[in-house]
Amino acid sequence: MIYPNSKSLLEVRGLRATVSGIEILKGIDLTVRSGEVHAIMGTNGSGKSTFAKVLAGHAAYEVTGGTVMFEGKNLFELAPEERARAGVFLAFQYPIEIPGVANNQFLRLTYNTVQAQRGKDELDPLEFDDFVREKMKMLEMSPDFLDRSVNAGFSGGEKKRNEILQMALLEPRLAILDETDSGLDIDALRIVANGVNQLATRDNAIILVTHYQRLLNYIVPDYVHVMESGRIIKTGGKQLALDLETHGYDWVSIEQRAAAGA
Amino acid sequence: MSAVLQNLVNQPYKHGFVTEIESDVAPKGLNEDTIRMISAKKNEPEWLLEFRLKAYQKWLTMKEPQWPNVKYPKIDFQAISYYSAPKPRKKLGSMDEVDPELLRTFEKLGVPMHERAALAGVAVDVIFDSVSVATTYKQKLAEVGIIFGSISEAVHTHPDLVKQYLGTVVPVGDNYYATLNSAVFTDGSFCFIPKGVKCPMDLSTYFRINTEASGQFERTLIIAEEGASVSYLEGCTAPRFDTNQLHAAVVELIALDNADIKYSTVQNWYAGDENGVGGIFNFVTKRGLAKGVNSRISWTQVETGSAITWKYPSCVLQGDNSVGEFYSVAVTNNHQQADTGTKMIHIGKNTRSTIVSKGISAGHSNNSYRGLVRIAPTAAGARNYSQCDSMLIGDQCSASTFPYIQVRNNSAIVEHEASTSKIGEDQLFYFAQRGIGNEEAVSMIINGFCKDVFQQLPMEFAVEATKLLGFKLEGSVG
Repeated sequence: MIYPNSKSLLEVRGLRATVSGIEILKGIDLTVRSGEVHAIMGTNGSGKSTFAKVLAGHAAYEVTGGTVMFEGKNLFELAPEERARAGVFLAFQYPIEIPGVANNQFLRLTYNTVQAQRGKDELDPLEFDDFVREKMKMLEMSPDFLDRSVNAGFSGGEKKRNEILQMALLEPRLAILDETDSGLDIDALRIVANGVNQLATRDNAIILVTHYQRLLNYIVPDYVHVMESGRIIKTGGKQLALDLETHGYDWVSIEQRAAAGA
Repeated sequence: MSAVLQNLVNQPYKHGFVTEIESDVAPKGLNEDTIRMISAKKNEPEWLLEFRLKAYQKWLTMKEPQWPNVKYPKIDFQAISYYSAPKPRKKLGSMDEVDPELLRTFEKLGVPMHERAALAGVAVDVIFDSVSVATTYKQKLAEVGIIFGSISEAVHTHPDLVKQYLGTVVPVGDNYYATLNSAVFTDGSFCFIPKGVKCPMDLSTYFRINTEASGQFERTLIIAEEGASVSYLEGCTAPRFDTNQLHAAVVELIALDNADIKYSTVQNWYAGDENGVGGIFNFVTKRGLAKGVNSRISWTQVETGSAITWKYPSCVLQGDNSVGEFYSVAVTNNHQQADTGTKMIHIGKNTRSTIVSKGISAGHSNNSYRGLVRIAPTAAGARNYSQCDSMLIGDQCSASTFPYIQVRNNSAIVEHEASTSKIGEDQLFYFAQRGIGNEEAVSMIINGFCKDVFQQLPMEFAVEATKLLGFKLEGSVG
């Protein structure tokens, strides 16, 4: 939701980034204030996921220009784990499998690491067990998940729920959900979206990276940005997503080119 | 491999110091006189000298095995000293009379030689180069009829037992290194658990090679009579030298009816430097005979050291319903090479075996699992389950699996599972994105990977092994 006089969380200015020497992001500008939900849409290869990974600090991407300030701090001066502890959360498009590491151990370690950073109490295994089970109810996850290895052998939908569970545990200031809707059936989509909606507060912000409008029926964005060739070419309200659904991405491109030509 | 991974793996070896102690070191070289000299120094009976000489004659006709997946320069057996012992200041009456320099050495290594020491509840036989220098809790164990001490001593105090069992599981001419050991072995532990006795504490041997250019050839013999049980631990370290030292041990276990022997090793011999210079050649033959019905032999090993590891702790399942187990974690880094695994020989009916092998390779190392499961025609109803997992850290290392399965009884069930995984950038990024730094991430992944093996270790050893692994792999990820 857009609140008047809300604090700026994220300020992206002229962001450029390359992978293996190829420029993917070609000057992105974006401001996200607390309380807001932003959707970033675009075709495959438009740079949406790259943008998400660059914000989280993936080593494969090199930032070649621009600045990103997160709560007034230069994000690029922080290592990936420091960004996470500062409250930047990325729900992965393809969550990574970690065979042999029990989910409950992993979840507790990440929870306690972030708690410690915030000067809050850490939980012992028993306390954590109660705490995490409560959060899992919201996502309609079976307690079996706790004893299984992190994401190993999980279905696509189970992996995505596990991502949102981590978001619920870590209570990030800025959550970037990278195609969290892909691979979800309609029931799972509703559960995941419902979880995200419950986690959205006045003090945090969410960036949804998605292809499709259907997620936005459940999580209603305040702003919709359309990306093409590494730039945001159009920004609008939630109606923009519906227009895209009707007319297709080409419609924005053509409109943009016409505007540029005029 | 990124810098982070590099730093994680490349940590200095902590046990690389040399003890300044006056030693009685035999001149280098091997011939019949060397063997007579060793036998004479130990004042051995004639039959043992004959055992050695027979082995030596056999060894002269044998060739070094070429089949292991390891590379090393030819060993000059004439350049090794076959006997090295710290000179005793006087005849030892109790632990308090052990040379203080030796006490300090083992204190530094964390081995408790005082019975009042922190690791109370574990009896330790301490072997320094070629000789056993001390055994703790001997008296207490003797009260329940357990014989525990050096094999040299047992040859004198219990000659019949030694003679009855020595060389029955690993025969004199078994293989090149075992045969060499039979000719020149200097000391080792002897342990006898009589009928019906459950050993009240863990028994342990700590091996230390101190002298450069000396070989260590120890011989361990453990016998559990009917209904007896024992848990035995073995630890090893060596100073850092630029030359390679040879360690060719033989361990024989014998379990009679309903007996249970659990043998755990944490091997941390010096592995050589980051360029592969120096380190121990660890060529070891370990074999257990589950001779009686319902007997059980269980090997657990955590192999982190040595320039080269070549060992296959094995079980011969002769008694009906006997059980063999092998749980292994082998870690190689830098230029280390390991070719290790097990043999499960099923002879008796309804014999069961389990193999869980976890290989971790980092740096430029090469880590192979080699295992044999043989089901003899007599082994009706035999079962085996094998699981061999490899983990690669970085992209300069390699892992191989060589399973040999020979089934000659069609009622047997044999299962083999194998997997290879890699700690990659993506896993580390996933951890980092959840606030967890690289070192902690690697430690968590590795411990998760090794969990099935670590939980087989006695508590103190499990803690030690976890620490050792973290230390060993610090700096290897990235």
